[in-house]
Amino acid sequence: MSGMIEPIVGRYVHVDIDGDMHRIYFEENGSGIPLVCLHTAGSDGRQWRHLLADQEFAKHFRIIAFDMPWHGKSNPPENWDGTEYQLTTARYTQTIRAFCAALQLEKPAVMGCSIGGRIVLNLAIDHAAEFRALIGLEGADFQAPWYDTSWLNRPDVHGGEVCAALVSGLIAPQSPDSSRAETLWAYKQGGPGVFKGDLYFYRVDGDLRGKVERIDTKVCPLFLLTGEYDFSCTPEDTKRTAAAIAGASVTIMEQLGHFPMSENPKQFRRYIAPVLERIVALEAERAGRR
Amino acid sequence: MISVSNAADAIIIEAFAKIPALLDHAPALIARGRFLDCECLLGPASHAFHVSIRQGRIVDLTPWPVLMRSWRFSYRASAAAFAEFWQPLPRPGFHDLLALTKRGEATLEGDMHPFMTHLQYFKDVLALPRLHFATAAS
Repeated sequence: MSGMIEPIVGRYVHVDIDGDMHRIYFEENGSGIPLVCLHTAGSDGRQWRHLLADQEFAKHFRIIAFDMPWHGKSNPPENWDGTEYQLTTARYTQTIRAFCAALQLEKPAVMGCSIGGRIVLNLAIDHAAEFRALIGLEGADFQAPWYDTSWLNRPDVHGGEVCAALVSGLIAPQSPDSSRAETLWAYKQGGPGVFKGDLYFYRVDGDLRGKVERIDTKVCPLFLLTGEYDFSCTPEDTKRTAAAIAGASVTIMEQLGHFPMSENPKQFRRYIAPVLERIVALEAERAGRR
Repeated sequence: MISVSNAADAIIIEAFAKIPALLDHAPALIARGRFLDCECLLGPASHAFHVSIRQGRIVDLTPWPVLMRSWRFSYRASAAAFAEFWQPLPRPGFHDLLALTKRGEATLEGDMHPFMTHLQYFKDVLALPRLHFATAAS
């Protein structure tokens, strides 16, 4: 309907990350349990717009999605000298913690997809007590590479086209054409080398094999959900990871690929609603004990 | 690697040979390949085709091998993998060219540059039989 205004509100917050001030763009809707959403490598927070606009979820959650530095509307920091962008495990972890601290979020739940699904495992390993619940979409401790990332940033190949074309195969064939196009559009808009720089964390620095066994789900519940059409982080990768973590919940999502929240929001809702309901129930139990 | 019978193999080869005509009826796809001139090998691993592309159109498709003819890259998959890839709703792992390479059902060799500069083009060209394949194979 022409003139319809969505309930999502976007703002900027200044965040000190490892001594450098960043102007971070975030969008939010709802009130209640803070739920911070992390986008995939090479994309931005727009991937979460359907979840953000979900008025049922917004009754219980303050849903927040921010653009990582270098992504979407979060520019590189002012003191960036143009050196190659490279995301590390430590940098990614600190960015999330600093963002949550800057917004003064009290024990937020964090849901991340792809690299976001990987980093929530690291949050669970090292900082579980800071979070109410952790949700990893398309996440695993490690997955086998399937292409050479040097193709993502070179002057003789169109970066936007090749990034989108590579990830297009990770979308399930059942996903609506318009949602597929919107998911790929963000990849076509990414800055040069940003997707490749994110994958440094994914491919090189963020191998969590042999570490996830330390996760204590009694301190912070962990939910892992992976789409059956994701051949990057396969259902087997997620199941293997979950098998090493006592108490981890694992769900394989049918008719979904690597971008569940944006490639097919309706289908994703079927799977994420019970997880969010469980987090609300856990919160009620916790409040009852206090 | 999954396998199919010789009869099924023949259906795949026949479907592959129809790709140039299908492409001729896809002007948007031709437009996306308008800067592409390339010689490549595409098709079932056992019955590949030498393919000549000019300005996004397939101007020649000839069963490989062809005496002393050059090519820049090849994408070859098992016939059974193409049969799965061309289903209206392919099974997980059989729905994308690079899903097939990752699971060992296809091989990608040679100079990757033309393939990577036109990755979505090649994905869509090789998916063209999907609209007709299930009917033809049934």
